[in-house]
Parts: sequence; C-alpha cells; structure tokens
Amino acid sequence: MDAIILQILNGLDKGSAYALIALGLTLIFGTLGVVNFAHGALFMVGAFCAVTLSRLLSLSHQVVDETRTDFLGKPLKVDVPYVMDIFGETTGAAIIDWAVPLAILFSIPVMIALGVIMERGLIKHFYKRPHADQILVTFGLAIVLQEIIKQVYGANPIPTPAPDVFKGSLDFGVLMGFDPNAIIYPYWRLVYFGFAAIIIGAVFAFLQFTTFGMVVRAGMADRETVGLLGINIDKRFTIMFGLAAAVAGLAGVMYAPINSPNYHMGMDFLVLSFVVVVVGGMGSLPGAVLAGFLLGILESFASMNEIKAILPGIDQIIIYLVAIIILLTRPRGLLGRKGVMED
Amino acid sequence: MSKSTLSRRGLLKTGALGTAGLAVPTIFTASSARAFTNAPSGGSVTLGFNVPQTGPYADEGADELRAYELAVEHLNGGGDGGMLNTFSSKALNGVGINGHKVAYVTGDTQTKSDAARASAKSMIEKDGAIMITGGSSSGVAVAVQGLCQEAGVIFMAGLTHSNDTTGKDKKANGFRHFFNAYMSGAALAPVLAKQYGTDRKAYHLTADYTWGWTQEESIMAATEALGWETIEAVKTPLAQTDFSSYIAPVLNSGADVLILNHYGGNMVNSLTNAVQFGLREKVVNGKQFEIVVPLFSRLMARGAGESVKGILGSTNWHWSLQDEGSKAFVQSFGTKYGFPPSQAAHTCYVQTLLYADAVQRAGSFDPCAVVEALEGYEFDGLGNGPTLYRAEDHQCFKDVLVVRGKENPTSEFDLLEVVEITPRAQVEYAPDHPMFSGGALGSCNPGA
Amino acid sequence: MFGLGKRDFTLFLLVAVLAIFAPFILNPFPTDSAMAQFNAGYPDLMQRFVIFGILAIGFNILFGLTGYLSFGHAAFLGVGSYSAVWMFKLLSMNVIPAILLSMIVSGLFAVVIGYVSLRRSGIYFSILTLAFAQMSYNLAYSVLTPITNGETGLQITLDDPRLLGVSATADGGIPVTNLFGLEMRAYETVTMGPWEFQFSVGYYVAAIIMLASFYLSIRIFRSPFGMMLRAIKSNQNRLYYTGLNAKPYTLAAFVISGMYAGLAGGLLACMDPLAGAERMQWTASGEVVLMTILGGAGTLIGPVLGAGFIKYFENIFSKINDQVVHSWVSFLPDGIEDFVVGIIHPFVGKGWHLTLGLMFMAIVIFLPGGLVEGGQRIARRLRKRDGTKTETSTTPAE
Repeated sequence: MDAIILQILNGLDKGSAYALIALGLTLIFGTLGVVNFAHGALFMVGAFCAVTLSRLLSLSHQVVDETRTDFLGKPLKVDVPYVMDIFGETTGAAIIDWAVPLAILFSIPVMIALGVIMERGLIKHFYKRPHADQILVTFGLAIVLQEIIKQVYGANPIPTPAPDVFKGSLDFGVLMGFDPNAIIYPYWRLVYFGFAAIIIGAVFAFLQFTTFGMVVRAGMADRETVGLLGINIDKRFTIMFGLAAAVAGLAGVMYAPINSPNYHMGMDFLVLSFVVVVVGGMGSLPGAVLAGFLLGILESFASMNEIKAILPGIDQIIIYLVAIIILLTRPRGLLGRKGVMED
Repeated sequence: MSKSTLSRRGLLKTGALGTAGLAVPTIFTASSARAFTNAPSGGSVTLGFNVPQTGPYADEGADELRAYELAVEHLNGGGDGGMLNTFSSKALNGVGINGHKVAYVTGDTQTKSDAARASAKSMIEKDGAIMITGGSSSGVAVAVQGLCQEAGVIFMAGLTHSNDTTGKDKKANGFRHFFNAYMSGAALAPVLAKQYGTDRKAYHLTADYTWGWTQEESIMAATEALGWETIEAVKTPLAQTDFSSYIAPVLNSGADVLILNHYGGNMVNSLTNAVQFGLREKVVNGKQFEIVVPLFSRLMARGAGESVKGILGSTNWHWSLQDEGSKAFVQSFGTKYGFPPSQAAHTCYVQTLLYADAVQRAGSFDPCAVVEALEGYEFDGLGNGPTLYRAEDHQCFKDVLVVRGKENPTSEFDLLEVVEITPRAQVEYAPDHPMFSGGALGSCNPGA
Repeated sequence: MFGLGKRDFTLFLLVAVLAIFAPFILNPFPTDSAMAQFNAGYPDLMQRFVIFGILAIGFNILFGLTGYLSFGHAAFLGVGSYSAVWMFKLLSMNVIPAILLSMIVSGLFAVVIGYVSLRRSGIYFSILTLAFAQMSYNLAYSVLTPITNGETGLQITLDDPRLLGVSATADGGIPVTNLFGLEMRAYETVTMGPWEFQFSVGYYVAAIIMLASFYLSIRIFRSPFGMMLRAIKSNQNRLYYTGLNAKPYTLAAFVISGMYAGLAGGLLACMDPLAGAERMQWTASGEVVLMTILGGAGTLIGPVLGAGFIKYFENIFSKINDQVVHSWVSFLPDGIEDFVVGIIHPFVGKGWHLTLGLMFMAIVIFLPGGLVEGGQRIARRLRKRDGTKTETSTTPAE
C-alpha cells in the first residue's frame, strides 16, 4: 500500500513536468497549427534561466587568502559575491540561496521575449508550409539553441539547488498512520507539483474567462471565420506563442533543482512530450494534461520491483507501449478532435 | 607511391579464387605491400585522438583532448616536459617519437559505438593515423578496440571501466591503463567495511547496460565477501533522467546502504535525487543510511554539487596526489589551462606517453613490436606508483584511490579527498578470473 | 532504355557516373594541401554516402509518395545490421547471405509494425512508428543484450561457431567480410601527382547495390503502383469512394521501404561488422527524415543528396580542430589570425552540430524544396540565359 502511494506521488510529480511541457506544445499546435520541435529546447532554456540568474547573483570579485593555497601551490583566491558586499553577508547569502524561485520572475520576460521573437522572426513564415518543413526548421532551431547553451555553459550538468528550507523530505507516512520512513517525499517535488497545478489552472482560466482567451479559443476552432469578423487573430497568436514559451520556461526553471540542468535535457523531453500530446489528442489542452499525468503515473508503477520481476524491462518501454495501445483503441488519442493532423 | 590494405591471407584467397574463374582486376593484386598499416613516411607521425565532443560526455572529451595536446607538446620537446621528467623510462628524448615529429587528428565519438568507429576509420583511412586513443565509455572503447584490431593499428583506451574491455572483449592490439570495475570493488569494499561496518544491507541501483552490470557484479561480490547482504539490485533504464521512482522504495526495503552503479549524467541525477529524498539523514536498522558511488569522476561530481559531500567512491587518479609524477603533470596542465586535470585527462596523457615510449624502445612503429614492448612492461613515475602492463590481458595494474566527497571544498575543482590509496597487490586478480573469462587476445595484427 | 523514360535514364546515368567516379570527385584537393581536410574520398565515408543514400531512397518511397511520415525507420536499419552480423557469426563471412537475411528480417518487422501503425494516419502514424522503434532501441540496449550485445554492439569474435568457414584465421585473426573472397575492406591507393585516390572494394559493392536500388525506385515511381501511392497522398477519401482499398498499397510501400532500410543496415554491417543499438534510436530515425526533407522529399535524387550532406557534416566538420583552422589562416598576422580562429572555432570541431542546425534552418527557409530546388534554381538561371524555360531533369516526381 505505502509503495503504491509513493509511486502515485512520483507519478504525479513526473506527470507535472510532462503536462506542463505538453500543455505549451498543444497551445502552439492548437492555435498556430505548427509542429514545434524546438519546444523541448524552450524547456531547457527555462532551466538555464535559473542557472543564469544564480550565476549572476553569484558574480564575484576575488580576494586573495594568504593562509590557504590553490592546486598549483599559489595563494588561494576566494570569490566574494557582489550581492554580499551590497546587502551584507547574511542577506546576500539568502538572496543567492533563493535564486531558483527568483528565477521565476526573471524567466517570464525572457521566455516571452524569446517566444515572440521566434514566432515573428521564424515560425510566422511557416504557417502555410507543410508540417515536414516545420519539423525541419524547428529542429534546426532546437539544435542551434542547445549548441549556444553548450558553448556558454559546457556540456556537464550544473547543480542548481533549491533554497535550503525546501531541502529534505516530508514524512507522509507518519501523517497517514504508517511507520516512519514508509512514505517520504522531498519538499521541492511537492512544491513542483503545486506549482504545476497553479500554472495549468491559470492557463485554463485565462482561456476560459477572458475575452482574449475566448477569441483564441474561437481561433483554434475556426481561424478563418474569426479573421473574417475583423479580429486581428495573428497578433493574439503571437502572444499565445510567447505564453506557451513562458509555460515551458517556467516548467524548466522549477525543474532545475530536481535534476541538474544540462544542454541536451530538452531533447530528452522532446520525444516524450510529443508522445504525451498525441496520446492526449492533438489540439486538446485537457487531453495533454490528462495524458501527462497518466503516463507519469504508469511510468512510476512500471518501475516497481514487483512489476519488473514479472515483466523484465517493462519500465524501458511502458510509455511507448501505452501510447500504442491508446492510439489503437482511441484513434485520436484520449480527447482528440476529428480531422486534426490526420492528413 | 602505392599502398594497399590487402592482407597476405586475403591475397592468397583472392588469388585462389581468381584462378577458380573469378576475374580479379590486376589493380587488386599488384601491390607493394608494406609491413604494417599506415607506416609513417616523411618526417611526422599521426596519432588519432577520438573523444566525445558532442553529447553528455563532451566536457570529459574536451579535457581528454587538452591532455592529448599537452602530451604531444611534451613529446615534441615543448613546454616543461611534464611527466617525461618523472617517467621511469628515459627512452623518450623530446624530439618526437623515433625521430618523427608527432602530429595529430581529432574526431568526435558522440559516445556512440557506431559514430566512434566511423570517426576512427576516417583517421586510419584518410589521415593515416598509426594509433587511436580516447573515449569516455566502455561501449565505445570495446567497439573501437575491435576496429583497431581488424585494421592493424594500436588502440590505447581512454576512460573505460567495464571489466569486458580487458575481459571478454580484450584484443591483442588494445591496451587499457584505466582501472576497472573489479578493482573498484576490491579497493572500495575494505574501506566500506571499515567505515560502515561489516553488517550492512545494500540496495543496488544499476544502469541497465553492460558496464553497469559488470560494476554491480564486482561490487556485490566484493562487499558480500566482507559480510554485507544484498537486499535488492534494480536495473534502471539508461535514458532515465528522473530516478525518483527507483529511489522512493529504497528506505522501505530494509536496506541501510544505497549503491549507485551509475556514471555520468545518470550518476549526477540518481545521486541528486537520492539526497533530495533525504536518505542520508535517515537512520535504518539503527545505523546511519549511507550512499556509495563506486566510480567517481570529479568532472561529473561537479554536476551533483552539494550532494557529493561525504560520499565514498573510487577513482583512477586525482590531482591532489603528492607523488612526483602527479605533481609534474598537474603543474604543466594547470599552467597551460588554468585548472587541474581530471582522471580522464590523466589516463589519456599517460597512455600517449606509454605508446610513444613503447615505440621508442621497440625502435619501430610496427604494432606487433609495440605490443611486444608494452606486454609485461613495468614502469613508474606516471602517477599511480609502480605499474605493470600485464601481458595476459593488456590491463594496467596499479594503486587504486578510494575517495570521499569533500565537506569544505576550497574551489570548484576541490571536490574529492583521497581516503586511502589501495595498494596494487590488493586489486590484482588472475587473468582467468570468472568476471574476465571468455574471449581471447588473439594475435597482434600489423594490418597491411 | 531499361524501361526508363529519356529523362529518367539521363538522371540514372548521371547518378551512375557520379557513383563510379566518386573517388575522384570527392577528393578534389591535393593530399598535402590545407584544404585536404575537406576531402571526403576515403572508403568509410564513401560507403556511408551510398548506404545512407539507399536508406533515404527507401524512406522516400514511403514518405515522398504516400506522405506517411515514419519516425521509426531506424528500427529497420538496426534490425538489418543485427541480422547481418548474426549471419557472419553463424554462417559465413560472405556478404550475400547476410544481406539477404537482413532484408528478409527487416521486411518481416516492417509487415508487423506497418500492419499495426497503418491503422492510423497523420501524426498518429508517426508516433506509432516512433513508439515501436524506441521500444526496439530500449530493449536492444538492455534486456535483449544476449542477442544484441547491448551497449557495446554486436561484434564478431574469435570463437564464433561459423558453419561455412573458420572461427579464426590461421594467424589468429578474425576473418574479414568478403564477397567470394574479395575482401570488403580492401582498397587500393592510386597516386597521381599530388593527388591520392582510394578505390575501395566495399564502396563499389555498395555503390552497385545503391544503383540497383535507385533503378528500382525509379521504376516504382513511374509504375501504376507508384501512381496509386501518389493518389493516397493527394486524397485518400476519394480513393475510398472510387471503391479502392488503399491499405494494401500503403502496407506494400511501407514494407518495401523497410526492406530498403534493412538492406542499408545489412550493408553497414558488411562494410564494418558491428551493429550498435544507437542505430535504432529516435535520433537516427529523425536523421533519415531530415535527410529526405533536406534533399527534397518526393524527388528521386533529393534524398541521396540529403544523406550525403548530413554525413559529410558529421564526418568532415567534426574533425576540424583549432590546430587545423590555424594552419588555414597562418598567413595572417598573429592578432588577426587568433581573431579569425576565434570566429570559426564555435562552428567546427565540437561545434559541428551548430553548423548543421544553422544549415537546416537556412535550407528550409531559403530553399523550400530542399537541395534539389537549389539545383533547379541554378539550372533555371543558366537556362534563362538561353531564353528557354523548361523543367530540369532532376524533378521528375511531382
């Protein structure tokens, strides 16, 4: 029982990341009809926003410490961050410690700007082009983005820890009447789950309850008619692209403490996020979220020892196996609409 | 000039078939075959440095490349000479190898056996490389070693830790200086027993591919011999990035030690995740819960940040070693690049020197002569104490370091501290040890 | 001629001439010159050019004609390679049985995967093929290691129980893949002045097979079967209304294209007897898609050009290091030399991916029809000078 609860928690947590990425991907596809292979790269850029901010906050000048030596036997140069000079040692240290949450604020304008530039500068010209061309150009863009990150930050993962208060884990088991240590879960992962829920809720509320959202939804359903009504749908779509980029970026920022960001993490998520979107049904936002959580939970269950004992290697293929089964039983994914991307 | 790769037996066969009626164009039979593949002509000799330049191990590859450039500089008499000054053999004299100036070509393995072989082939076929070296994973090492055997050039392995490289996949033309999974286990287990007691229950998470398996097998055997019990050994997919669902059940299993048989990105993520779950603060079976990473790499440990503090593991070499060879190498590497070298850089540098020295001593670039010069060769002054290149399997035997993640690092490079230098005798094994059985060296292949 | 129209025959002849004289064409620079870095005329790369050309030609039969975008074609490549290596291990070092088996096994795989995947169309089809390929890759890397040798890749060893032939040669080496005694890896270097040209047995074997594949692909494009496939692409519904069932045709195209991939995989193993699991990874499938789109989907020669383009970048650009760049610009004054090297540095060597990504974008932005369109534009411009305006021979497809 406790093992199952644990894996549900894990699944919800993995699902949060999948759902957030798939949500942005579906937004772009649903509104603009563009297959965006650079979406994983946007997630990666988001994570590196967190890295960048923590680097910026740790910008230092060097003080020579004569009492210690470096690896070549010369006096050791100790880095003293400027923020410590400005705010004093404790406040400065606290600011550096909170770099990841602060990066949320930092990343939103960066990601929206990146998204808008991408749409206006590149994607706009590909609305009328075949999907194959869209794949090629966005894949090229994804490579370029990740190579730029690699040139700046190197190929190794870069540790980007969460603030100290979120270190350690919560003992659920005790709360629920199990033995201590039966169900423990890291605080930051719980934060991630809550954060994902808020973002997903916000995006849905935005589309549901604002005029802007209404127009965008109308545009998703029938772009031509909305255009004929004299509404400038293009401008709104540009903003939607920026929004989708921001969602991917935020997912990346908050993911940075979970796994140290590296330049190819976007590619690791790319294939998976497409599977999630398609399983959910192309163009369906609730479908994407549902599929994200579903695949997350199934993946977690598949990695349980009891299940691996029966089906060795099942955790290697579970996502793809589920995708095949769902697509064969439900032709348009879980909540897909007819006629989307079938030609 | 005309050179050909048609081998003698190939010629015999084609000749025989030619008489049997198959028309063989004269161009394939008329050749002025030389004694061996890519014999250096003119004043220079070309070495092939085949390292990962893209993909997750690109930084490790970049460090290997730095070491190679440094080695070439020293071989050609530039710089401060580095370990040439401390090397027990004095055959090398700073005017290249055998009087040939050393030139090099570089390639990208992409950490894929396929791409690595393509890259190595281009070095052999296009650039005339006489020796291939480098790499950052055992899959690539075994694949390229096989290629070099077939092509008739020498392969000096870079970072490869699987038992198979000098076990079931050993080749006459291939040599490994780096240590292996068995040695990790043999060196680590006594320290683990000393630090954590002999009554421990271990839970293994293992990367689900050949290196992971040999590592798990080796550590399991070594720790069980000292009284540890293995609770569970779970395979994790290579492509896994989030290990939460594998780590979550660990605390409940009754185990009090978690052993992470992971390397590179896998290791960074699984260690980070394990520490996130607060495993190290827990007390199980009345003992402090511990995490062990059998193969440590400082370069990769950086990616795990704070999480490595206090974690035990083994490593081939560390820049803080105080012997003359290590000091000389760190000095010249640090002066040139501004930071200390990694263990991958060290093994690559040493391999280049060992190859050059063997050619010099043999007086020939002929692979068979080089093999003969390296087999059973005893040397010192290259960082790991007195070392033997064993003739039976072309594995180097030397001291192994047990290290621990440092609590108070003074810089971003100062992540590990050496806990113990395990003497060579303790990590030695018979060439026919079951973990290394199967496969044979075969005979050296000079190619052409 | 040979059942080909005049234009197709000219195209085929052009490809044949290019293939035969490739060792000259790809080695335009003298061996000792600084530009020799850009020479691609060495056996391994030439073999890769034609083998990946076969793969792309096969992929194009499915994608270019029917419009079904398979994102799992690498699975067939991998399966072909594994079959071929097993044939070397168990039966004989001759390449003929290996190639045959790799085509048969990949064909069987294609029947199964195609039968299931073709129940859906559009992106749903793409994801189904992707899922099958990724499952094959993940399993080959881990639980199927006894068959695939996992991470290391399946290799030939000294103790293979070879039925027709010896486990090891008399002098203790591993036998070499051959065609009735003609070793695949053998090559002859001919020196002409400062130039060196390498003529490889393996390359010519692969090139002949590529020409045969290319010929077959032209015949398929021009056949009633090809017309039917194109009808599926333009409007499948209308086909149904006329009372035709499209499924057998698409499945046939899928299987043919899968066998092409298997053939390519088998040939890769013939040239270099190793089968790595990475051959089945999604990135490898994506590479085939990119090759085809890059060269020009639906055109006959486009995919071959695309394959050559990507393999050239992978093998040539990745080998350019700073030392090489310095040697190119060494005539410049020191300060400027370092500056120029600094500019080139991010794009070569370990940065070859960056150049490739930029090229993808540039080609798809400026040449919507791929490389073939680039050729057409040049040809058109040349022709405009003559005042005539005709279609070029390189675009017979659409």
